[in-house]
Amino acid sequence: MKSTLRNILHSPRFMVGFVIFMTMVLTVLIYPYFVPRNPLLSLGKGFLPPGTYFSVYDANNAPTFRVELPEADTNRLQNDLPQSDRKLMLDFLKAKGVDTSGLSSGNDKIADLLEAWKANYDEADVKSSKYEGFTTQAKRRALAKLDKKLNDFLSNASMKVIRGEGEDLQEKNVSGTEYTRVDQLANSVSLPLGTDNFGRDTLTELVQATGVSLLIGLIAGTVATLLGLIVGLLAGYVGGLVDDILMFVANIFTVIPGFVLLILIYYSVGQEARGIITCAMVIGLTSWVWTARSVRSQVISLRNRDHVNLSKLSGHSLFRIVTTDILPYIASYVVMAFILQVSSGILAEAQLSLLGLGPKTTEVPTLGLMMNWAKLFGAYTSSNAWWAYFPVILVIALTSFSLNLMNTGLDQVFNPTLRE
Amino acid sequence: MTKGMKKYFKKKIIWFLITFVAALILNFILPRLMPGDPVNAIVGKSISSGAPPEQVQQQMEFYRRQFGLDKSLPGQFLDFIKNAFNGTFGVSYSQYPRKVSDIIGGGIWWTIALQLPAILVGWILGNVLGAVAAYKRGFWDKVLMPVSLFFSAIPAFGAAVILLVIFSVNLGIAPANGAYDPGMIPNFSWSFISSVIWHYQLPFWSIVLISIGGQAVGMRSMSIYELNADYVKYSRFLGIKDTKIVRYVFRNAMLPQVTGLAMSIGSMVGGALVAETIFSYPGLGMAMYSAITQSDYPVISATTLIITIMVLLASFMLDIIYAFIDPRVKAAQFD
Repeated sequence: MKSTLRNILHSPRFMVGFVIFMTMVLTVLIYPYFVPRNPLLSLGKGFLPPGTYFSVYDANNAPTFRVELPEADTNRLQNDLPQSDRKLMLDFLKAKGVDTSGLSSGNDKIADLLEAWKANYDEADVKSSKYEGFTTQAKRRALAKLDKKLNDFLSNASMKVIRGEGEDLQEKNVSGTEYTRVDQLANSVSLPLGTDNFGRDTLTELVQATGVSLLIGLIAGTVATLLGLIVGLLAGYVGGLVDDILMFVANIFTVIPGFVLLILIYYSVGQEARGIITCAMVIGLTSWVWTARSVRSQVISLRNRDHVNLSKLSGHSLFRIVTTDILPYIASYVVMAFILQVSSGILAEAQLSLLGLGPKTTEVPTLGLMMNWAKLFGAYTSSNAWWAYFPVILVIALTSFSLNLMNTGLDQVFNPTLRE
Repeated sequence: MTKGMKKYFKKKIIWFLITFVAALILNFILPRLMPGDPVNAIVGKSISSGAPPEQVQQQMEFYRRQFGLDKSLPGQFLDFIKNAFNGTFGVSYSQYPRKVSDIIGGGIWWTIALQLPAILVGWILGNVLGAVAAYKRGFWDKVLMPVSLFFSAIPAFGAAVILLVIFSVNLGIAPANGAYDPGMIPNFSWSFISSVIWHYQLPFWSIVLISIGGQAVGMRSMSIYELNADYVKYSRFLGIKDTKIVRYVFRNAMLPQVTGLAMSIGSMVGGALVAETIFSYPGLGMAMYSAITQSDYPVISATTLIITIMVLLASFMLDIIYAFIDPRVKAAQFD
C-alpha cells in the first residue's frame, strides 16, 4: 500500500494531472472569498469585452464639480515665469504688431499677457513671416522653446477642484499629472473576462459553473461506478441466469440512446425538479454500462483462482468472498474507472445542456449552460464574444485533460507492463 | 464450424433477438410517455385563435384519427410495427403531412457521408500516430502524447465551435452552416458539388481532430503492452526480424481498436448530434434534435430505432469477427 502510494506520487503524469485538477478545485473554493459578488448578478446589458468598467450611473449623476483652472495657471506663472521670458513675450507681440498698450511684464497683468501670447503665437507663422528682430534661427528657436515651456506650465498646473456650494465648499488641489487606479474608484468593476449575454461577470460565473460541473461529475461518477461495480460483480461472480439478465439490461442501455432515457426521466420528475442533482443522477444512471462490463470480465477471470475456490470451500458467504477475495484485485481498476466516469459525467452534462436538455436552473450556472447561453445568444457568430465561450471550452478541456492524465499515470503504476 | 461454435452463435443470436424486441418496445413507449399533447400544438399552429370551439374540436378529432392516436396503446404499437415494416414509419407530427421515411431518407445520407469518412480518417491517423509513438518513443512519445491527450480532452462541441469561429466567423474562408448553398437545389452540377465540398470541411475536420487524439492514446498503450509481451521477447531470442515482429505486435494491438471503430460506426447517428447541431448540417442528428424539441414521436421513435439497429448490428458483427480473428476469444468462449 505504502509503496503503491509512493509510486503514484512519483508518476509525473499523475502528479501533473493532480496539480492541475487541485488548482481548479482550490480556485473554485477560494475565489468566492475574494469576489463575494453573486455570480448571476447582471452588471450590464449584453456582451461587454474584458476590461475595467466604471458605473455609468455614477459617471452621469456625479455632483457638479467646478474646476477653476485659469487662476491656478496665473498663480504658477506669477511665481515661476522669469522676467526675461515675459520680456521676450512682449517683444514678440510688439514685433508682430499687436497692440501692447494694456500689457506689461508685471504680475497683475500676467493672465492677459498669456492670453495674447496664445492668440498670436504660431510656430509656422513665425518661420514664414520673419518678424523684425526674430529673423535668425536662434531667436526663432528661443520663441518655440518659450511656447513649449508655457504649455508645460499649463498641463502641469494643479487644478482646484471645488465641490458643493456655500458653506459645504470643499477644495482640493489636483495636479494634471496625478493618476488614480481605476479599481480604487468607488463604483468600478474589473471584468477580466467581460460579461455574458445577460451582462453577468463571466469569470465569476465560470468559477461557480466549474464548481457545479465538478459536483455533477462527482455525483454522476459515483452513481455510475457504484452501479457498474455492483452489476459487474453480481453478473461476473454469480454467473448463469443472473449474468444473462444483467447483461441483457446492460445491452438495452447500450442500444437505446442515453439522451432518450434522459429526456424521459426529466419529464417524469417534472420540469421544476430538473435541478443539477437530478441531472447528475440521470447521467450516472445511463453511463454505468461499460464499467459493469469491464468489472464483469475481470471478475470472470478471477472467480476460478485458487484463493477464491479456497474461500468457497471454507463456506464463506458470497458477500465475504466478493469483498475480501475479489474486490481488492479490481480496486485499482475501479478507481481508474471512477476517474474516467467523473470526466465523462462533466462532458455529458455539457453536451446535454448544449442541446437544451441540461438542468433547468436559474440559481446556478453550469459549464454546459454557459455554452448553451453562448450558443443561443450568438456569441460565436453575431457578437463574436470569445470571452463568453472560449474560457468555458478551455476549462472543460483542462478538467478532462487533468483527469485523463491522472488515469494514465495510475494505469502505469498498476500495470507494470505499461511502464516505460 | 465446431459444435461449441454453433452453440455460441445460437446463444448470441437468441440474446440479440430478445434485446431487439425489448428495444423496439422501449423505442415505442418511451417517447409516448412524455407529457404534452402533440395534437394540441399542431391545431394551435393551424387554427386562428378566434375559431369556434366546435371547429377546434373537429380539427383535433381529425388529427387524432390521422395519427392513430384515438386507438389504445397496444393498437398504436401494432400500427408502429406495421409502419416500421412497410418502411414509412408513419406521418410526422411536426411536419404534417410529410412521411417520417422522407425526413429520415433526406437526413441519413448526409449523416453517413459526413460521419463515415471522418470516423475512418480519424481512426487511421490516430492509430498510426499511436503505433509510431509506442515504437519510436523519444520525441514522438514525449511531445505527441501529451498533445494527443489534450486534444482528446477537448469536447466535440468545443472543437466544432473553435473551428467555426476561426475559419468561418473570423477568416471567412468556410461557410458556417448548412450542407450546401441555401440558394441551390441539389443536383449533379459541378457548382453544387463544389458547394457541398466547401460546406463539408468544418464539420468533417471537427470530428477527425477529436477522434485522432483518443485513438492515438488508446493505440499507444495497447502497443506498449504488446511490445512488452512474452511472445515478443521470445521471438527476439529466436532472431526473428524486427519488422516481422512489429507486424504481429500491431495486429494484436489493433484488436481493441477495431472494437472502438465498430462501436463508433454503430453509434454514428447519436454521435452526429453535436457536430450537426452546431453546423446546422441537415443530417439525421439534426432531424432527431428538432423532433425532440417538438415532441414529434414518430420521428423520435424511428431515429432511435435506427440507432438501436445500427448498434446491435455493429456489436453482433464484432462478436462474429472476433470469434474468427482472435484465437484468445475463441479459446475463452467456445469451451
